Amino acid sequence: MASRVRMHEFGITESIINIVLDKAKEAEANRVTKISLVAGELSGFVPDCIQFYFEFLSKGSPAEGATLHFESPPAQIRCRDCSTVFHPQDTVWTCPSCQSESVEIEGGRELYVKSIEVE
Amino acid sequence: MKKIEVVQNILEANDSIAAQNRELLEANGVFALNIMSAPGAGKTSLILRTAAELKDRLRIGVIEGDVASTLDSERVQNEVTAVVQVTTRDASESCALIANMVAHALKRLPLEQMDLLLIENVGNLICPSEFALGEHMRVVVSSLPEGDDKPTKYPIIFSDASVVVINKLDFLPYVDFDIPSFQKAVLGLNPRAKFFQVSCKTGAGIKDWCAWLERELSSHKSHQKIMK
Repeated sequence: MASRVRMHEFGITESIINIVLDKAKEAEANRVTKISLVAGELSGFVPDCIQFYFEFLSKGSPAEGATLHFESPPAQIRCRDCSTVFHPQDTVWTCPSCQSESVEIEGGRELYVKSIEVE
Repeated sequence: MKKIEVVQNILEANDSIAAQNRELLEANGVFALNIMSAPGAGKTSLILRTAAELKDRLRIGVIEGDVASTLDSERVQNEVTAVVQVTTRDASESCALIANMVAHALKRLPLEQMDLLLIENVGNLICPSEFALGEHMRVVVSSLPEGDDKPTKYPIIFSDASVVVINKLDFLPYVDFDIPSFQKAVLGLNPRAKFFQVSCKTGAGIKDWCAWLERELSSHKSHQKIMK
């Protein structure tokens, strides 16, 4: 792996494992069996990529073999003009109600460890 | 089996290092820009032009982020006080710059002898946008040959930018880039975005951009003095 170009999910996966192992240690658990992650549609992180790095990085740790469960909250865009909240079609962020292009992100950028299951 | 609620932001580790970087920069009176764009949009050229314009009045440091090679730092080193190259291929964590790489780079820069730090991120419109580095401002460079649809395709990076520099203005006669509609799309996402139109080839617009940057720097400095 040393000479491969790594995607930005690599560091994120390291952070996930650090968080998980800290919590498992606090709970005096021997093994982590499941990790529930929330990665919003707009978060810019690819679950398959996290899964790939997780298998590599968790080897030999109490998190090895844990199942990763992903929730991906959809992109929620709010129109600044008429306050309609909508899910964008493809990458077009125009308000479906009033056609305004003045919009802000309300949801979909989440990225956190929600819960873990341990033994 | 036992379930433990965690709810912990995965980017927290990066964000806290970014905050430390920011403190270190502030303590040394250095104003930092995180410059992002697609590959080839002109980040290095903008740094070269900016440094050439400002080097008599400001002491400038540069962090060059690239996946590989030191070509960009070789181009930049004659124009600035100090340059540090970060090649993300050799770093374990990421393809884009992350706060920890910048923390290491800051140790190799003479911060007390600098006023301005230009951080050239890796050419990419997706990955860099998620990682705060400790910068005061995010600058996105968009060049005319890329097309005017980029804010629609990569909304996040434009949502978070303080400044959008439209580069390669000399291409305007040859490409179908509608500058007003591009600006309208960015402002839709980000009403506070500030725009500059430049050509790093001819130098057009560079004086305006640099004059504005200098004003931002001095207003930041006087604000800091008041805070102290």
